[in-house]
Amino acid sequence: MDDLLVEFLTETNEHLETVDVEMVRFEQDPNNEAILSNIFRLVHTIKGTCGFLGLPRLEALAHAAETLMGKFRDGMPVTTPAVSLILTTLDRIKEILGELERHGAEPQGSDQDLIEMLDRMAAQEVSAVEAAPPSPPAKPQAAGTLVYQVLERELKPGEVSLDELERAFQEAPGPEKATTSGSLTYQVLERALKPGEVSLDELERAFREAPGPAPLVVSKPAPEKAEAAQAVAAPQPAKKAPDPSSEGAEGSEGVTGKVQTIRVSVDTLEHLMTMVSELVLTRNQLLEIARRSSEDHGYKVPLQRLSQVTAELQDGVMKTRMQPIGNAWQKLPRVVRDLSNELSKKIELVMQGADTELDRQVLEVIKDPLTHMVRNSADHGIESPAERKAAGKPEKGTIRLNAYHEGGSITIEIADDGKGLNLAAIRKKAVERGVATDAEVERLSDAQIAKFIFHPGFSTAEKVTSVSGRGVGMDVVKTNIELIGGTVDIRSEQGRGTTFTIKIPLTLAIVAALIVSSKDQRFAIPQVAVSELVRVSPSSEHSIERINGTPILRLRDRLLPIVPLSKVMGLPGGEDVNHGFVVVTQVAQQRFGILVDGVFHTEEIVVKPMSSKLRHIQLFSGNTILGDGAVVLIIDPNGLARMVGTESNSNEFQTDTGLEQTVVAADEMTSLLVFRGGGESLKAVPLSLVTRLEEIDASTIEWSSGRPVVQYRGRLMPLVSCDEELAIKRQGMQSLLVFSDGDVSMGLAVAEIVDIVEDKLDIELLAERSDLVGSAVVRGRTTEIVNVAHYLPMVLETWARKDKGKGPERPLLLVDSSTFFRDMLVPVLRAAGYRVHTASTAQEAARLLSGGLQVDIIVTDLELSGHSGLALVASLRADPNHARTPVIAMTVKSDPQQIALARKLRVSEIVSKIDRKGLLSALAEFSGVLEEAA
Amino acid sequence: MKLVEPTAAGAAKQMSKQTEFVTVTVADQLLGLPISRVHDVFVVSEMTTVPLAPGEIAGLLNLRGRVVTAVSLRRRLGLQDSHESERKMAVGLENQGEAYGLLVDDVGEVLKLDTDEMQPNPVHMDRGWVELSQGVHQLRDKLLIVLDVDAVLDFGGEREAA
Repeated sequence: MDDLLVEFLTETNEHLETVDVEMVRFEQDPNNEAILSNIFRLVHTIKGTCGFLGLPRLEALAHAAETLMGKFRDGMPVTTPAVSLILTTLDRIKEILGELERHGAEPQGSDQDLIEMLDRMAAQEVSAVEAAPPSPPAKPQAAGTLVYQVLERELKPGEVSLDELERAFQEAPGPEKATTSGSLTYQVLERALKPGEVSLDELERAFREAPGPAPLVVSKPAPEKAEAAQAVAAPQPAKKAPDPSSEGAEGSEGVTGKVQTIRVSVDTLEHLMTMVSELVLTRNQLLEIARRSSEDHGYKVPLQRLSQVTAELQDGVMKTRMQPIGNAWQKLPRVVRDLSNELSKKIELVMQGADTELDRQVLEVIKDPLTHMVRNSADHGIESPAERKAAGKPEKGTIRLNAYHEGGSITIEIADDGKGLNLAAIRKKAVERGVATDAEVERLSDAQIAKFIFHPGFSTAEKVTSVSGRGVGMDVVKTNIELIGGTVDIRSEQGRGTTFTIKIPLTLAIVAALIVSSKDQRFAIPQVAVSELVRVSPSSEHSIERINGTPILRLRDRLLPIVPLSKVMGLPGGEDVNHGFVVVTQVAQQRFGILVDGVFHTEEIVVKPMSSKLRHIQLFSGNTILGDGAVVLIIDPNGLARMVGTESNSNEFQTDTGLEQTVVAADEMTSLLVFRGGGESLKAVPLSLVTRLEEIDASTIEWSSGRPVVQYRGRLMPLVSCDEELAIKRQGMQSLLVFSDGDVSMGLAVAEIVDIVEDKLDIELLAERSDLVGSAVVRGRTTEIVNVAHYLPMVLETWARKDKGKGPERPLLLVDSSTFFRDMLVPVLRAAGYRVHTASTAQEAARLLSGGLQVDIIVTDLELSGHSGLALVASLRADPNHARTPVIAMTVKSDPQQIALARKLRVSEIVSKIDRKGLLSALAEFSGVLEEAA
Repeated sequence: MKLVEPTAAGAAKQMSKQTEFVTVTVADQLLGLPISRVHDVFVVSEMTTVPLAPGEIAGLLNLRGRVVTAVSLRRRLGLQDSHESERKMAVGLENQGEAYGLLVDDVGEVLKLDTDEMQPNPVHMDRGWVELSQGVHQLRDKLLIVLDVDAVLDFGGEREAA
């Protein structure tokens, strides 16, 4: 009985899935009798089996649902509430089945609520239809009895399988009202049950025989049909009768299909797979031996044959693991239907390539992400019918699922023709959430912006619906897909829709891998993660550079963080990171290079799980045996990325593009905005000084007394050309760098914004020009570093006016080793009303101060060359003259220890070195304090 | 190790329950593994070291197409690695469905020993050894420590790393 129950559960669950799908189809196409009879048959089967197994709750529910469906079949109009009700009933049945599976018994409880509703619905429809003229059901009714008999007789010779049993049961409830035929059925059943198991062959034969006569019979009663049709209110048995015939016919198709398949436990398949993997490995080893020995001992030909057979066997076994992706889609029509009702949208779900096959392991993993994405499309993507109409689109939105094979991977597309992603909202959100800064968001492309939706906790839905918008999901989707080595991509067009493209490997068991070596040990890197290989050596075009000891490779003008494999693994030996190969690896949006010593070849490897003792090492995803018999470890690029990420404790691997440059906050790195002025040469300005980048229509530039101004955020902003060669445009679009201080802004007109780069600043000062700080080599090109201070006097009126109100200038000492920063800060500080003295070292500052220089405030960098800034402060505190002088410290990296120490030394404020605003507000606070004191 | 005088024991008594042990040597110490737990004994030819692995794990081996985790008995007993680069011997074990190779200095003969004659671990034996030992057999000229196979293989990767 237990086995029977298990069998019942598996079958019923399958049936229910089908009913779900069919029900949705039926709702859209209520006149399709084939669908209806199919549903009817399935529900009937469930009901019959339940009765047989003694499951009263299920039986009662199925019966009520069946009754309602029976009314549909009698020609009642199919309404959405009715379909919903049946679907709810199916859900309840599934719940009960779930319980049954867990506990082996039907749970307690009553389904009277649902049954009453179903009955009421059925009664309503009856009355409704009775009022209406009897629509011709067009069913061969009277003929039924005949078929019945034929079928029974045919059944006897062959034994009876569960399938037939079910069918018998389907018939069984029919006779509830017609007892005579009912008893007959039971007899058949009892007799059939005794023989017990049935061989596949016999089953096949029995079925082949069974459906045979059915068409004959159907054709015979055809003339009677017309007569029968007149007797609409025909007695029940007559009505039921057509079932067996139609079922017989349909069943036969289904059965011939079914006979080809048998259920095999997954364990058996897995075991088979493992054995074949072993076989493949052994074959590889043999081939390797054969390759090495030049002599042919007569085994090469059989070996070839073995090799071929093994390959075929491998293929075959792989196929047993394959399942059509349609299995993962099965629930979707129902999901979409329920959603469209809930959201009052009209949505059509189109599924293409449902028979595309992929590994069942993979299938399991993507099932939920797919469902989630379809829900998302329905909820966020598709607009309401009214909105769609207004946008000139058909009221009914379409969600299109498409799956196809492409190379060694499978591609799944989920496309909707909705409103597309709201990029503006995503930009805003990205800044709000601190995922990216204003400036970064400005220069990211739409595609890059769209990717933000994969960030954890990111949802732009204006209101949270029960469906989505809670900010969980897309990141989980991405994680799940990446887990199996897949990728997700988005393409969105405003008003036209959004398409998600998922690429996943066909199988997880056998993968193509690149074999590399590091310190004489070989490793395998899955090919899917590898985007390219670069050979590096100090003399070649590609050489590894270092930023504060961190290796970096310049690759097509991008900075690629380099991870020496030997270092991550803690392998011994000198660290020669200048030679070797860089395996450029792309894991989702992270790009980085793995530096290895050698690269061999690619090989199909069979992934074997790591020993439980080693599974905690996230660097490896498994191991394998190569053709030469050696065991090699398979590197998990995801794990590697994570490891390096946690090691440096910084976001070293940033998103794919754009942000990549802002990555390394190493000491001497400065973000520079590179642009072009009138001439050919490149110019750059520290990004930290720039408030915004704007592109304005030149026609909005006004000329007030010969000076260009533009209305910017409700104020007049003076414009200055960045050099004499460049004239501010009179038409077209003009690019501006906006520098702001409080409410005062200045626009620097440039010809073109080129890029934002992160580089060391090594300035050779140019004394003769005041508009430049100097020139530096940025990304291998000579670039002029613009002195913002030069431009300030050009719009001095405003800046000066602002200063005047503040009374006399206060003396300030600025200590900073970087000439560049001093030059940058001096004008800013002057503009803020200070008389600035500068010192480049702690010693120089100490000398100035001990030489009698009195200042109101000291601004110092904490990382001074030679002496540290803190040492300077400490020595000041020891001097009674300066013990109370306020000190503002600037730092690039905030280190808690340093902060604690600074606090101890009564450093009034610590600001980030690049946070100009923070510095000014800190100063402003002091000037307030000082004024009060004065 | 100072112990009780070796008595004439060992294979003499026939009547009581006997267990067969595969004897191995590590740093001149004789150890026994119940033969029921030993799958095979093999010579280790090529071993793949696993970076970042717990110290007890010497590497991974290919044993007839199966990947076997090699555990160093020396390291497990808190001993230094042997520097003699002779052939390496391993004893094939199985634990919770996974294959292990226990690396030893040498593999000796199979001994049939009386279960009753096994004596408890000496009280002052090294703690690390006590955990791995089920007891001691007194042989004519040597002491044989009976290894607890499950205990030998019971070292957690995660726990060690944490």
